[in-house]
Amino acid sequence: MQDSDGKRMLWVDHMLRIRDDQDQTAFAELFDHFAPRVKGFLMKSGADASLAEECAQEVMATCWHKAHMFDPARASVATWIFTIARNRKIDVLRKQRRPEPEDLGWGPEDEPDQADVMALQQESEQLGRAIAELPPAQRELIQKAYFGDLSHSEIADQTGLPLGTIKSRIRLALERLRHAMK
Amino acid sequence: MEQKITHHLTDEILMAYAAGTLPEAFNLMVATHVSLCDECRAVVESYDALGGEVLDQTPGNDVALTPGSFAATMALIAGGAPDEIRAQRPKDAVLPQPLLDYVGGGLDTVKWRSVGMGVKQAILPTSSDASARLLYIPAGTAMPDHGHNGTEMTMVLQGAFQDEDDYFARGDVEVADSDLHHTPVADIHEDCICLAVTDAPLRFEGLLPKIAQRFARI
Ligand SMILES: [Zn+2]
Repeated sequence: MQDSDGKRMLWVDHMLRIRDDQDQTAFAELFDHFAPRVKGFLMKSGADASLAEECAQEVMATCWHKAHMFDPARASVATWIFTIARNRKIDVLRKQRRPEPEDLGWGPEDEPDQADVMALQQESEQLGRAIAELPPAQRELIQKAYFGDLSHSEIADQTGLPLGTIKSRIRLALERLRHAMK
Repeated sequence: MEQKITHHLTDEILMAYAAGTLPEAFNLMVATHVSLCDECRAVVESYDALGGEVLDQTPGNDVALTPGSFAATMALIAGGAPDEIRAQRPKDAVLPQPLLDYVGGGLDTVKWRSVGMGVKQAILPTSSDASARLLYIPAGTAMPDHGHNGTEMTMVLQGAFQDEDDYFARGDVEVADSDLHHTPVADIHEDCICLAVTDAPLRFEGLLPKIAQRFARI
């Protein structure tokens, strides 16, 4: 947990270098950190090792190809990679389409403020700390909700997590995009 | 400007959407509602953030890659991005984008089937663990009786409906569990179009409007 503190802005910077300069060194560092976690996530979700390996590579390749769609005022890099891995899981393991909401992609001129990026990344760090401080049983339930296949009615009560603060940050980012779309 | 949505999806459903554990029909409901509701969109993205933290931080979650994994990934990248461009469809005043994808076009292309009393439905193609359908209910008509054996969610796309306690307009979702008994009626001013999803088996006889059903029981 400790070594991920403060790394969020570094990962954001890596993503921008991948997006702007196709920087392979930045990508290699991102890969070393996240690819084994994506593989582990997919194995816990039911993939065997070789399928999980193959999917982890595809997830990381998608991360490169879609770097222009990453919005650091709306998500941490870990969050963004999680969503790509989750979609791959639904596609490959559950063999279903994943309906996505109407896109609020950013236009050419709505690069977010650095202050908004910092604030969102700090919120995600606080969320990370809050998870680490939960009683083990509650933390395990949350992990199971994402890694296992808890049904929606089995999902744990989320009280105690600072989801409200990150939600209001994300809300601001959505307003910025809505505004840019007008 | 959309009017204010007052009936939202539950946190459990939104979290399960982020976790990727819902049946496809429920995912379609969430994606459709979230297309109209930034409040729930922000909640979903908060749960995405929770998923990101779980992915990043669960001890022992990382599994060693096979040798050559990075090189293989760079080769994938060199092969170019797979084209998965979402079909660009003209905007529809009633159907948000995720529904356009499932219908395969706008409202005028929906293949309605009559279920009696002027009520029509169109079942959408999803995985079989739950079902999704569009319902067309003439103004002032009682909604079809849903077989409440599981979770059922009904979202208004056009017009409005009313049950004993509440009024549901465009974007509003009624979430019903098996113990809820109610008789929603479409608002008199306009024909009502809804998206309804359920994880209970569809009971076709239950789709007959209330009056017809009561008559049949005599
Ligand atoms: Zn909502």
